Amino acid sequence: MRIKKPAKAGTMESNDIYIMVYPNENGNEIQLDSIVLKQFGKQIEKVIMDTLKELEVENALVVAKDRGALDYTIKARVETAVKRAIE
Amino acid sequence: MRRSMLFIPGNNPSMIQNAPVLGADSIILDLEDAVSIDEKDSARYLVRNALLEIDFSGCERVVRINSIGTNFGYDDIDVIGRVKPDALIIPKATEEAVEEVDDLLSAIEREEGFKLGSIKIIPLIETAIGLEDVFNIVKSSKRVVAVLLGAEDLTADMEIKRTKEGEEIFYARSKVVSVCKALKVDAIDTPFTDVNDFEGLRKDSEKAKLIGMTGKAAINPRQIDIINEVFSPSKDDIEWAKRVILAYEEAQREGKGVFSLDGKMVDAPILQRAKNIIEKAKAIGLIKG
Repeated sequence: MRIKKPAKAGTMESNDIYIMVYPNENGNEIQLDSIVLKQFGKQIEKVIMDTLKELEVENALVVAKDRGALDYTIKARVETAVKRAIE
Repeated sequence: MRRSMLFIPGNNPSMIQNAPVLGADSIILDLEDAVSIDEKDSARYLVRNALLEIDFSGCERVVRINSIGTNFGYDDIDVIGRVKPDALIIPKATEEAVEEVDDLLSAIEREEGFKLGSIKIIPLIETAIGLEDVFNIVKSSKRVVAVLLGAEDLTADMEIKRTKEGEEIFYARSKVVSVCKALKVDAIDTPFTDVNDFEGLRKDSEKAKLIGMTGKAAINPRQIDIINEVFSPSKDDIEWAKRVILAYEEAQREGKGVFSLDGKMVDAPILQRAKNIIEKAKAIGLIKG
């Protein structure tokens, strides 16, 4: 899937994550801001990367503002943003 | 057992992941009215992932999809059906809509290798035409396990005022109950919408139970305890039922066809009522099975 335009999904509410996806020329990149960055930053980045891989996305900049989302929410918000970005 | 069915907005992770501990028998993850048009896709993926990854601790997992009169409805069925929810609620149900959803679910079940008919259907009766056709709606699919009455939309469709007393929905409640009893499915009452009026909620629940509703939808977690209490057999009911069954067993041993308890004759319908109470109490865990 090729990211064609910027798109976003999620909210800044507790237990959610706000995801913005942009086209990127240097493969997939993540800029993460999280209330649990020290404890779970690496895990959140891995979930985002794995979701991009599953969706066969290779050119996305993902800007993520996490408010304590569990994995199922992170995956859903990334998938929504990506699918909005390829429309 | 569907005493309480709690609506949870389908695009709210916080509420979704807390839902299993609130005490409701069923959780209804709502993709319809609780989700704005712009967020339908987002909620659909969130609910799908929640069904895949969250332990709902034995609660029935139900999803209210969008009407199949909209594009959203088909996408909901295709995405949600593939993760095997326990049931789908079909809004503004008609016979045709239930038949169509049944066919779509059958195709998904075959493709995914699920047991045919394993995903159940709960029609939401919230239009005058739906109410008048409720018998055929329930009959139209073997997947139907319950009917949910939606009085807010129904009264809007009927152009009548919705009141706390609920006299205006007496006919609708009675009709739904009668059909549900005839076809052996659960009758779930409409939610009580004033989430701060607990006395009103209790009265409304008791009124619904009195005419045969078997459970009630909730729109706030604080409504669950009262609904569960009202729709559970009381201690007195259970004691009475136990005595009826003991008296019946004694009469059987003595070779009596009919018998009496507390001076009143006990016949087959009374015995059946006692058995139903015991069965329900066992299912809830009020007595050991």
